[in-house]
Amino acid sequence: MTTGLNTIQRRTFLKQAGLAGTALVLGVYASACTPTEPEGEIRAFRPGIDDIPEGTALGAFVIIDADNSVTIMSHRPDMGQGTFFSVPLIIAEELGVDPSAITIKKAPGDEKYGPQGVGGSASIRSMWEPMRKVGATARQLLLEAAAQTWGVTASACSAKEGWVWKTGGTDKLSFGELAPLAATLPIPAQPTLKAIADFAYIGKSVPNPSVPAKVTGTADFAMDIQRPGMVYAVVERAPFGATLKTLDDQEAKAVVGVEQVLQVRRPVDKHTFDGVAVVANSYWAALKARKLLKIEWEMPAATHDSDAVLARCHEEAMKGTAAPVIRTGDAGKAFAAANQTLDLVYETPFAAHAAMEPQNVVVEITDQGCELWIGNQFPDDVKKEAATFLGLDPTQVQVHMAFMGGGFGRKSQTDVAMEALAVAKAVNKPVKLIWTREDDIRQSAMRPPTVNRLKGALDERGKLVSLEHTVAAPSLAYGIWGMHSPDRIPGFLVEPMGEHVYLVPNLQANFALVDVDPLPITWWRSVYASTNAFGHECFIDEMAALAGKDPFDFRMEMMTHNPRFMRLMDKLRSLSGWDTPMAEGKARGVAVVKSFESTVGHVVEVSRRENGEARVDKVYSVVDCGLAIHPDTVKAQVEGSIVMGLSAAVKPGLTVKNSAVVEGNFHDYPVLRIHETPTMDIHILESEEDPTGIGEPALPPLAPALANALYALGGQRIRKLPIDLSAV
Amino acid sequence: MPEFQLSVNGARFSVTAEADTPLLWVLRDYLGLTGTRFGCGQGLCGACTVHLDGMPMRSCSLPLSAVGTQKITTIEGISAAGLHRVQEAWIAEQVPQCGYCQSGQIMSAVALLRDSPNPSDEEIDAAMQGNICRCGTYQRIRKAIKRAAEMPGD
Repeated sequence: MTTGLNTIQRRTFLKQAGLAGTALVLGVYASACTPTEPEGEIRAFRPGIDDIPEGTALGAFVIIDADNSVTIMSHRPDMGQGTFFSVPLIIAEELGVDPSAITIKKAPGDEKYGPQGVGGSASIRSMWEPMRKVGATARQLLLEAAAQTWGVTASACSAKEGWVWKTGGTDKLSFGELAPLAATLPIPAQPTLKAIADFAYIGKSVPNPSVPAKVTGTADFAMDIQRPGMVYAVVERAPFGATLKTLDDQEAKAVVGVEQVLQVRRPVDKHTFDGVAVVANSYWAALKARKLLKIEWEMPAATHDSDAVLARCHEEAMKGTAAPVIRTGDAGKAFAAANQTLDLVYETPFAAHAAMEPQNVVVEITDQGCELWIGNQFPDDVKKEAATFLGLDPTQVQVHMAFMGGGFGRKSQTDVAMEALAVAKAVNKPVKLIWTREDDIRQSAMRPPTVNRLKGALDERGKLVSLEHTVAAPSLAYGIWGMHSPDRIPGFLVEPMGEHVYLVPNLQANFALVDVDPLPITWWRSVYASTNAFGHECFIDEMAALAGKDPFDFRMEMMTHNPRFMRLMDKLRSLSGWDTPMAEGKARGVAVVKSFESTVGHVVEVSRRENGEARVDKVYSVVDCGLAIHPDTVKAQVEGSIVMGLSAAVKPGLTVKNSAVVEGNFHDYPVLRIHETPTMDIHILESEEDPTGIGEPALPPLAPALANALYALGGQRIRKLPIDLSAV
Repeated sequence: MPEFQLSVNGARFSVTAEADTPLLWVLRDYLGLTGTRFGCGQGLCGACTVHLDGMPMRSCSLPLSAVGTQKITTIEGISAAGLHRVQEAWIAEQVPQCGYCQSGQIMSAVALLRDSPNPSDEEIDAAMQGNICRCGTYQRIRKAIKRAAEMPGD
């Protein structure tokens, strides 16, 4: 995943007056929030002065009313990662308003807000500069308005808590009073950003305003929406790639409340999957009727089993024909010349996201257009695809952005919305589609499995001189976009080698594609950075043992080129008490990974219980994510990544048999519960560097740090996930 | 279709629905009490936890016909006025991330604190292990329960 430098030109801002009671609207052209947009295509217009060409739309980010109330639009969907607050917080800081005294509203899913997709831990790092400039531009307009009112220069004015103050005096004017004049002033060419030392709210962990609604049950999730005349839909879906052969819906239709049974097709990336929808006047009636459907699926000629997929991954990893993606020096030559080498293979399984909120959406098609209520990571994509499907102009489609009850990558897809649209179009009524938990686990696109082969060589002083990491796996570039060329393998497939923390003179990363079409695969929190880092950081430990060195020392010897890495490792070493021996029956392990531009190191402590099982007791964690905009959210994301990473490390993966997922609910697809959760001691390094990702980077180092700790405890190397804690 | 008389959050409701309809869907779709969440439909995740005569129950797998005269309490009804101390503690510890499971977590925590005013770590683990949080807020849930335990009673 890459993010370019975001630049906002002065011409991209637009002030707009005329909304009832509204004195100033500061809009931003979508292109200003698009890192790749050529600047030449950015144009700005002033209503009332310039004509706004048809089709031009801009997203309103700051709205100041005459009564001095300030509204900031939150345009990046929130799935628990905190963007509802953290992105507007950046604007509020630069504007000079107390973020707890303003209204934050969720923007609709609309391309006029620029790309809204949340994924790749990218929201803060991509919005940091643009949102600062939005806030600073609004502030500067208000300062200039105050300066003109008082007959002083703008530099003699300052903005704080919704007021502009005259320097050295008690004179003040409210933003609301100044807004009408501010709206007529020219947009500053280059707004002055605050110095980090002057931040009043960023870095201070102001309470998150979405929390009260989430503890009273009033936070809006899509499933809570009711529409007049609404019906409920559930769908019985085919194994992946199978098609409908015969359907007997007689008994299903006899269930009281059932209105219709119809065939629906669901597009998932480049695939389309078959299903049969039952529509009823209650969810329960639809569910009961679904169980009475008699369906015969026509299976495809070839089907997939997860065991066979993993066997093919192993085969590809061992062939030696994987395509090189990253190459420094000559890893092969250095390996051949070395005396001490290792060549090991690691494996990770298919996995489900299993967000607590199963997939759901409410769709209403009217004569005027269409409305959707959905928690989705890409609401702007939902809008575009819905418009295309219905043959509507995108302006006729409204996407209401609900909170997501977890996303983790699964809700990056639009399949659920498209499935519901197909039903709503057929029944001509508002439809609420709810996937059961079993649907969610069995029919969602999965995290692909991986096999990682690592080859490493030591020089005579026990330093790592060669490292070759081969990933053999289904490719998300191919699975989602149908893109695969051995000459152009995207770097994310071989993460974390692209952001390698160790300076190794001969380094190579390779990728071998394992085709699993038509099994749907997708992003899963931290994606390849975690599946690949498991093998990578376990292997580093194995090389340390081969060199006869302490795992911490061995790593730090290769990190001296980067002071930020060294600072992190020093802190993790002292925080975890690494150099203090552990009591009998206890052990610890370390791993450090840079991903999504942030570096996280974990030390995991484990112990042997009386029944012989290993237990994960504690995780020490040190994080370098640059400037922490909202440190408590950073900490929460690290806690969450530790829990999810541990869950993926010790709980079963998904089993695929005949192109269908075997597991279905939390009894056979268990996830981590409170009594299995270690205590956590998390330290965020102070930094004034630009903020980097935080939703995912703490996940990759968890599994290898655990595996390394379990080796220290039981003397047994672990090279395959999941780990059985009763057998280590 | 049969008619049922329900006592929910101190109010009486008459509901006409199939007798096997899970209480969860009656609360959400018939009574508009959407704070109780659907997570698994099998009583495995705790997102749908409500109280029946004060006892935590999984409403997703409880048929309407089994409710009888038991008094139902949902997240909307745990406090007569203002926030319950457990909710206050949840805010103070900034527990929720996505927030979806938190109604159920809070319902379990309220019941725990009533039965065990100063729960140990083990008691918290035992009482709360039926509630899954996929965002991983467990450490904060533990802290919030301990904080609530120190606050003035219900």
